[in-house]
Amino acid sequence: MAKRIVKLGVNGRAREDAVAEHTLLLDYLREQLGLTGTKRGCDGGECGACTVLVDGKPQLSCITLACRCEGQEVQTIESLANNGRLSALQSAFNDKLGSQCGFCTPGMVMAAQALLLREPDPTEEQIREALSGNICRCTGYVKIIESVQAASAALAAPN
Amino acid sequence: MDTETRMSTQAQHAVGVRQALIDGVEKVSGQAHYTADLPARDALVGAILRSPLPHARIRSIDISRAQAMAGVHAVITGDVCDVPYGVIPIAQNEFPLARERVRYCGEPIAAVAAIDQATARAAMAAIVLDLEPLPTHFDAASARAPEAFQLHDDQPGNIARDVDHTFGDIESGFAASDLVLEERFHYAEVTHAMMEPNASLASWDAERGRLTLHTVSQVPYYVHLILAQCMKLDAAQIRVIKPFVGGGFGHRTETLNFEIIASLLARAAQATVKLELSREESFITHRGRPETDVRLKIGLSKTGVIKAVDCEVVQRGGAYAGYGLVTILYAGSLLHAMYQLPACRYFGLRVYTNTPPNGAMRGHGSVDVRHAFESMLDTMAQTLRLDAFTVRRANLLPIPTRTINDLQVNSCGLAQCLDIVQKASGWDERRASMPKGRGLGLACSHYASGSAKPVHWSGEPHAVVNLKLDFDGGITVLTGAADIGQGSSTLLAQMVAEVLGLSMDRLRVVANDSAVTPKDNGSYSSRVSFMVGNAAINAGKALLQILLEAAAKKLCVPIERVECLGESYGVPGTDQVLSYKEVVTLALQAGGTVTARGHWSTPRETQGGKFRGAAVGTSAGYSYAAQVVEVEVDEDTGMVRVVKVWVAHDCGRAINPLAVEGQIQGSVWMGMGQALCEETQYHKGLHMRANFLDYRIPNIMESPPIETYIVEAPDPNGPFGAKEAGEGSLSGFLPAMTNAIAHATGLRLHELPASPDRMLDALVARKRALKLAAAKAAALQKERA
Repeated sequence: MAKRIVKLGVNGRAREDAVAEHTLLLDYLREQLGLTGTKRGCDGGECGACTVLVDGKPQLSCITLACRCEGQEVQTIESLANNGRLSALQSAFNDKLGSQCGFCTPGMVMAAQALLLREPDPTEEQIREALSGNICRCTGYVKIIESVQAASAALAAPN
Repeated sequence: MDTETRMSTQAQHAVGVRQALIDGVEKVSGQAHYTADLPARDALVGAILRSPLPHARIRSIDISRAQAMAGVHAVITGDVCDVPYGVIPIAQNEFPLARERVRYCGEPIAAVAAIDQATARAAMAAIVLDLEPLPTHFDAASARAPEAFQLHDDQPGNIARDVDHTFGDIESGFAASDLVLEERFHYAEVTHAMMEPNASLASWDAERGRLTLHTVSQVPYYVHLILAQCMKLDAAQIRVIKPFVGGGFGHRTETLNFEIIASLLARAAQATVKLELSREESFITHRGRPETDVRLKIGLSKTGVIKAVDCEVVQRGGAYAGYGLVTILYAGSLLHAMYQLPACRYFGLRVYTNTPPNGAMRGHGSVDVRHAFESMLDTMAQTLRLDAFTVRRANLLPIPTRTINDLQVNSCGLAQCLDIVQKASGWDERRASMPKGRGLGLACSHYASGSAKPVHWSGEPHAVVNLKLDFDGGITVLTGAADIGQGSSTLLAQMVAEVLGLSMDRLRVVANDSAVTPKDNGSYSSRVSFMVGNAAINAGKALLQILLEAAAKKLCVPIERVECLGESYGVPGTDQVLSYKEVVTLALQAGGTVTARGHWSTPRETQGGKFRGAAVGTSAGYSYAAQVVEVEVDEDTGMVRVVKVWVAHDCGRAINPLAVEGQIQGSVWMGMGQALCEETQYHKGLHMRANFLDYRIPNIMESPPIETYIVEAPDPNGPFGAKEAGEGSLSGFLPAMTNAIAHATGLRLHELPASPDRMLDALVARKRALKLAAAKAAALQKERA
């Protein structure tokens, strides 16, 4: 199987890796880089658990080829914490129980991160729309919405 | 002063606190390792070859070509295991890999361990199956027909279990009723669809003949027992570890075929094997709630008091016994303990069919019958011109109660739940003047806080918790209770912290490693908070006693005079005081690292009656819930939108109110999935919806606000009074929603889910009936004229 050298950024680190042309971004992240925070929850594009940011936009890594990320910056759940401290979104999901079993959480948080990047003060409707591709089986989404709202408020508050 | 009263005089600081999960940081940061995330660089890749036919005799399986392929380390078939398994010891009739016959599409036939996925796939393609098709039965009616082909030679009529229970005098009850109604209902099969697909990592230590299995279980203890049985190993040669688990909802209560297959592959390959199932395979592994038919007859007095109940349930159980006999017993047993029933007959049939086996799913056995019951109560209340709340209040259980089927109920906060949702939903003010297409519906529900009798009647306590206290002053809670996202580890730490008056910072929980943690009966039937919680309290008390003794000895006072204030131990009225750390050092001087143990078992009087099947449904405490659902029905499209839910749940005592809310909301929402859109579908046994696009789970756009109220009617047996919170609110949603649809449209659905096509069919049928009636009336008038 043909391999290519792919140059891309992953969580702020420049990388140059040999990747088979058919390798999915999800497998590259999990198997080649050991970044197992990104989850596989379905057989392709159904559940959102594998959501990462590619140049700041949410993307399903299970239906994205790693090679197609040439020159782009990929961010996974592992990139959000700063010096070991949780980001505002991560803290909110933890404090408000936006995460129960936690399996959808990385994808959910990354989808919410993309939302807050483009809309720091989203309405409930905007939150619902932004997370509509991410399935959670535990929470009924109630506390997920509360978590995103709490993170948005925390980011807006003066330090 | 004994430990009990000493505890209660302290300000409670850990129990009742909205506590973030103790493993929450790992989950939100991506550091939580689920089974598929475990480092296993050199592991072989496992794969399962599944039956393409729903029912067939296995003439031969030729694995020679697959075995000869480079990179293939093991190819196994049913020959490697001739011991059947199953969750109920008296009903084990399934093999991890089929032997002689396959009974459903997707049943494992062979398995491969290879150096990578591509090689494993190629090897599977090289296996040659010679299958002889057999007659098939895909629904309960066909499987029960006199001429039906038997799925299991020892199960005549394809009946896995029949139940015929009569309590009280139903004939007199119906005779004394002012209104008797009989209706039939049909419920589609649903499944758990937990977010984490199934996975196992099995390591075989060839030198020592030992197996280590990491797997996605809710009950690692069952997995341990079944592995010993199927692999003919001494149980001490096996170690089972549960990493983080992405949900279960009952799917992972039974030991599942892939866990055994991964272990068999590891032994055959003398290596480590990682077996990750696809989403499709996880759907096929199934064990969900069966397709169910209910016939229900209820007799009411004119004031709405229940006089008699007669219920018949038929469940399509799938190809193997699994949990079936328990599910069919639950459906009858939990008709009781909700309201006072003076007379009740229940007839239940569990039927074998050529579909993936059904099993336990959140609200096990109780959900479909509860829908039928609450739906009919609503209809009958309307006929009797009684309010929906009135008819429920007319039947509340007096406390304590021993039901006619011997369930012991010692607490019930249902009256309060009803009051709360009536007020919060604006029922009295809003119901008479809803806009067109809108409706409000009410229903109640309940559930057991753990089965009072364990599946394996070994004579051991029902729950055990160990505590380790060492030089660092930290306390490690050692438990076998499986936290699968519900927050049980957090809750156990809170209870121990409460007893010892310590901050949560001093506590750690180590769970689910059979080499380290005490055996636990597992996370099923909502038993953990109640049973393991009580064991945690008792372990905390045992440790407190050790610390008090050490302090008393040092302070030269009788132990009764020492008071624990968490971070200090002192003698009230004196200046004699020792820090917690000093007391720990003193306690350790006696014999080193301190281990304290607590255990708990259900009281005898809660373990049920003496009749066959009496154990199922028994519990040391029952939760209660009431909910009002508001819907909007679009009569042109048949779309039902759930606008809002108001739910009140009596959990006895909310140990962690944050987690209790999360459990209630999750239950209500999962009930909504079944009520609104979830259903499996098979075409000649082939699963047509084994993915998240066709098996429709409500997304965030379709999910309503759920206003959640916690009611605390403490149970005398519960830990700090607590009862279950994770199942009882589920079954109430379905009838509350269809009652709301009836209010909005005047139509009563007798089949679920209320998918747009079903809803539209009902609307069109009514329109047609109305038009026909009008035409008939017009014709009659014309004739007369």
